[in-house]
Amino acid sequence: MCSLPVPREPLRRVAVTGGTHGNEMSGVYLARHWLQAPGDLQRPSFSATPVLANPAAAAACRRYMDRDLNQPSPPDDPYEVTRARELNQLLGPKASGQAFDFILDLHNTTANMGTCLIADSAHNVFAMHLCHHLQLQNPELSCRVFLYQQPGEESYAVHSVAKNGIGLELGPQPQGVLRADIFSRMRALVAAALDFIELFNQGVACPAFEVEAYRIAGTVDFPRTKDGDLAGTVHPRLQDRDFEPLQPGAPIFQMFSGEDVLYEGESTVSPVFINEAAYYEKGIAFIQAEKLTFSVPALPSLTPTPTPVP
Amino acid sequence: MTSHHVAEEPIKKVAIFGGTHGNELTGVFLVKHWLENGAEIQRTGLEVKPLITNPRAVKKCTRYIDCDLNRVFDLENLGKKISEDLPYEVRRAQEINLLFGPKNSEDSYDVIFDLHNTTSNMGCTLILEDSRNDFLIQMFHYVKTSLAPLPCYVYLIEHPSLKYATTRSIAKYPVGIEVGPQPHGVLRADILNQMRKMIKHALDFIHDFNEGKKFPPCAIEVYKIMEKVDYPRNESGEIAAVIHPSLQDQDWKPLHPGDPVFLTLDGKTILLGGNCTVYPVFVNEAAYYEKKEAFAKTTKLTLNAKSIHSSLH
Repeated sequence: MCSLPVPREPLRRVAVTGGTHGNEMSGVYLARHWLQAPGDLQRPSFSATPVLANPAAAAACRRYMDRDLNQPSPPDDPYEVTRARELNQLLGPKASGQAFDFILDLHNTTANMGTCLIADSAHNVFAMHLCHHLQLQNPELSCRVFLYQQPGEESYAVHSVAKNGIGLELGPQPQGVLRADIFSRMRALVAAALDFIELFNQGVACPAFEVEAYRIAGTVDFPRTKDGDLAGTVHPRLQDRDFEPLQPGAPIFQMFSGEDVLYEGESTVSPVFINEAAYYEKGIAFIQAEKLTFSVPALPSLTPTPTPVP
Repeated sequence: MTSHHVAEEPIKKVAIFGGTHGNELTGVFLVKHWLENGAEIQRTGLEVKPLITNPRAVKKCTRYIDCDLNRVFDLENLGKKISEDLPYEVRRAQEINLLFGPKNSEDSYDVIFDLHNTTSNMGCTLILEDSRNDFLIQMFHYVKTSLAPLPCYVYLIEHPSLKYATTRSIAKYPVGIEVGPQPHGVLRADILNQMRKMIKHALDFIHDFNEGKKFPPCAIEVYKIMEKVDYPRNESGEIAAVIHPSLQDQDWKPLHPGDPVFLTLDGKTILLGGNCTVYPVFVNEAAYYEKKEAFAKTTKLTLNAKSIHSSLH
């Protein structure tokens, strides 16, 4: 998806996926609500399809049944591999002409990340313009853009099944908890994203702009004992400080025995996903991101087409 | 002449339980740390034993394997015949009862602290099971005073039908320690430090008591459970409304009839009925969705304790 050409046709097939992780409740409840009452998702030129991505995990209120849906598939057949194939049939096939045009994948985090828009890279012009629109529509929210793709790597995220997509990551919210404030915010962001797609479909052009984004640069694990258990946890001075600059020498962990562990990186980074519950088993206490500014070229308008009769 | 103070037996055996719910990490890691290096929890004259109560759930970082360990310490479950068909937690409860009980016997541990976290904004909370227990009221008074100005609330779960059979109930003096808000599966340093202080003060109290200190009569404010309130649900039993933003995070604050309580997914507000002010706790606790509890209503009252001292002095 690195150098994705901008769409030259209206986006007709759009999906909103909730419950990719079954205990991230905003998306689970929004997907369930829209499956009953999809009115929110209709626009003049298209209707977005709601999908409950991992129904078994959502029913059990777990992140996954056998393995993370957002991870590469192993050769045997855990529940998520079967489900990933089903999603690929429904929303893809990946890298084919029949794939959905766009997926919005809804997530929550236990980290204090506020409103975070997750895209693969800054070369994804359409996604960057969509993120910019969300930032402008909601200036009080401080929406930040996080770019997750490492060079040369394939994306395994659910939204990568479609031609294009982004993730909406809202926090902090504990797993298994549905907070009204975060639920409303997620709902409003999805509405604004669909409004942007509608504007694009109606022939609106968007000028070039500069985007500030946080690009993944590495990860840092917790201090551990020789048995692999935690030996300490995120320091109070780092806890909840997602996106704030972290300088070499600043405390990052507090050991159970009382000492501080200091950050030994070579330069200032922006830490994100600080103390995310689901990342303990992945060996990640926080992700190091670099704050960069990119120029995004203009998004040319489509040749005007008549709105299809619904 | 009526006795104005109570002479209690000195405390000999104390246990600290962590991991009763395997994803409530503060207790898990404090106990694991103390199993390696227990200096911090030792006091002269006192045996303090840390224990991970639900090791299989801790390993999977989940609340429980088959059923909630903190609900199966009733005499019926403790007395069931051992078999492979029994839920894991019932078998484990029977093992714990042998090691630290038996419940209701002279041999049981004197004090058990059971460490928990909640996703609710409850701060530092001590849980009391018996409103007439002078020793524990005195201990809680001591801990609250020592922690001030950090607030510490006392939740009284004495109730004919709502009281539940906790892991700690096998002790003569059961103490629940609940600190939040913390997501399950997350370990926060600030919450760890608060729980650590609560335990330190409680152990200091026991040590002072054993050394002969006389504690004068005292009074504490407690919040007594009245009723549990479920989420509004649809015909399929799915949750149809969320805790209202005005109630979210407002544990312990007065809630009046007519105040917003829930917000439906369609945007309608549901108000508190009834005719008395209540104090909500466990507001939006993740683990209670399946127990059909959106929050619990409590009433505020004052408990008094007589003066106490150790009978050896």
